Amino acid sequence: MKAVRATALYAFLTAGAVIMVVPFYWMLVTSVREPSAAFSTASINWWPSEFHWDNYAEAIRRMAADGMSFWRLYGNSLFVAAVGTFGQVLTSSMAAYAFARLNFPGREKLFFGYLATMMIPGSVTLVPVFAIVRALGWVNTYYALIVPGIFSPWGTFMLRQFFMSLPRELEESARIDGAGLTQIYLRVTLPLSKTALATLATFTFMGFWGSFMWPLIVTVTPELRTLPIGLTVFTQRYSTDYSLLMAASVMATVPVILVFLFNQRYFIESIKLQGIKG
Amino acid sequence: MTDRRKEILTAYVFLAPNFIGFIVFTSAPVLASLYLAFTRWDLFHAPRWVGMQNFVSLLGFSPSADESTSILGLTRVPYAPNDPFFWQYLYNTAYLMMAIPVTLFASLMLAIALNQKIRGVVVYRTLFFLPSITAGVAVLILWKWLYNTDIGLINSILTQLGVAHPPDWLGSSTWAKPALMLMGFVMGVGGSSMILYLAALQGVPRELYEAAQIDGASGRQQFLTITWPLIAPTTFFLAIMSVIGGFQGGFMQAYVMTGGGPAGSTTTLEYYIYNKAFAVFNMGYASAIAWVLFVVILIVSLATWKYGGRAVQYH
Repeated sequence: MKAVRATALYAFLTAGAVIMVVPFYWMLVTSVREPSAAFSTASINWWPSEFHWDNYAEAIRRMAADGMSFWRLYGNSLFVAAVGTFGQVLTSSMAAYAFARLNFPGREKLFFGYLATMMIPGSVTLVPVFAIVRALGWVNTYYALIVPGIFSPWGTFMLRQFFMSLPRELEESARIDGAGLTQIYLRVTLPLSKTALATLATFTFMGFWGSFMWPLIVTVTPELRTLPIGLTVFTQRYSTDYSLLMAASVMATVPVILVFLFNQRYFIESIKLQGIKG
Repeated sequence: MTDRRKEILTAYVFLAPNFIGFIVFTSAPVLASLYLAFTRWDLFHAPRWVGMQNFVSLLGFSPSADESTSILGLTRVPYAPNDPFFWQYLYNTAYLMMAIPVTLFASLMLAIALNQKIRGVVVYRTLFFLPSITAGVAVLILWKWLYNTDIGLINSILTQLGVAHPPDWLGSSTWAKPALMLMGFVMGVGGSSMILYLAALQGVPRELYEAAQIDGASGRQQFLTITWPLIAPTTFFLAIMSVIGGFQGGFMQAYVMTGGGPAGSTTTLEYYIYNKAFAVFNMGYASAIAWVLFVVILIVSLATWKYGGRAVQYH
């Protein structure tokens, strides 16, 4: 009876896992097909008869012909996500330290103000934020891609909760040793919070990396496009060249999968943190 | 300077960068958006105050000039919505959200399966998690290809299985929404909800199951009397978050895969807001839709809270 249950469990999980993996497998298979090869529903070629690895080079070449360097798209996405993440972690951890450990007039009221805005959907602020970015002359600049995304109240909230949970004894003894408040933040609070900071960083990085509507609105020229926007433009241009589209998609997806495989812990932790958000 | 004044000064210095950003990019925009919802604004001229006009156009009904208007088979309806698109897109958004309970339940089943003592559990977890981590434009393009009517993999498999006329997935207003829901299911079932359910399941004390087994409780009974009530807070949280996310979703899918069509059948409120603001530059109207959306989210969240609050009261 137990063996039957175990077998059923494995069958269920394996069937599910196959459904998860087949789309990616099909992406790979399509990406190396001869671009002009005829597809038909009459038969499914699970294994390509020829491997056209040059589809990848061709996809990159065609993007370049439209003024988009694939590496630039990648670089833009990486740069925007890295700087934005750094800014978010730095400013949120500073504000969180003030909220968690420093006494100042109006602290509770201000914190409540942060909490209240966390519920408001992004589409409410979309138009005014665009107007502000436009007024600042930031349209089609890296500033527009990076700066508005840095100040989500959520990072401050999450780190404040974490800092509150840290034992006060270490800070007290540092204070007795003559450390100032800034030194305590740098030498005690931050080092004790490495996991929380890395988790917030992962979460923020993924947010910037996948961001779609905002970069679509604020970028105009190809040099400023991020990877998702570049891919979309490419798709609209070559909507039926599926081998090329899949080659580009593979190039966009594989690095994400690799980063994930080597940092699974932080990805998982950053999701569990969402649970705290409630 | 006294220690107290020094502390206050330090606090303000630490707070300043984030606070300025918070004012400029969050709280001031919220207030500005509320104002803009009562204006007509094309971004290039000054906003013009129009009072309730946007909301009347959006939510109001007017006597229909065409007397033979028919809704749900009833003819001679005297009133028709001022903005029929809004109601259609609200319906689309709600329709797509019907996948939420199914996906959540499947995530829970998957989490229970992965919580058993089995070999290779890490590999399975990674494989199920993979689609959600890669979710983005590249994967949407992939699914558009899978759904291709004539040569896509899904219809190829259906043809092999003997389906004579497989659906015209993204090209049909009947099938486009189910297609997006199925895609969302595959991409989301092993994602964050599964991870949160796994964490919740690991917090259920093993002794409870052992005691239940001694009392001869079946697997189903154990699930209903132990697992389900003890993880109710997680279900409650996931339900609220998915509902909030669901109302604000659908933009990327519509933009990349369907263009909101066919016949507007995959246009969600989020996509409508984007189009009103950045395709036809009706910023005031877009802001009004956003606020209506916010109120809808608030009402549904509070309702879930009230109902869910009752379900979680065992604490």
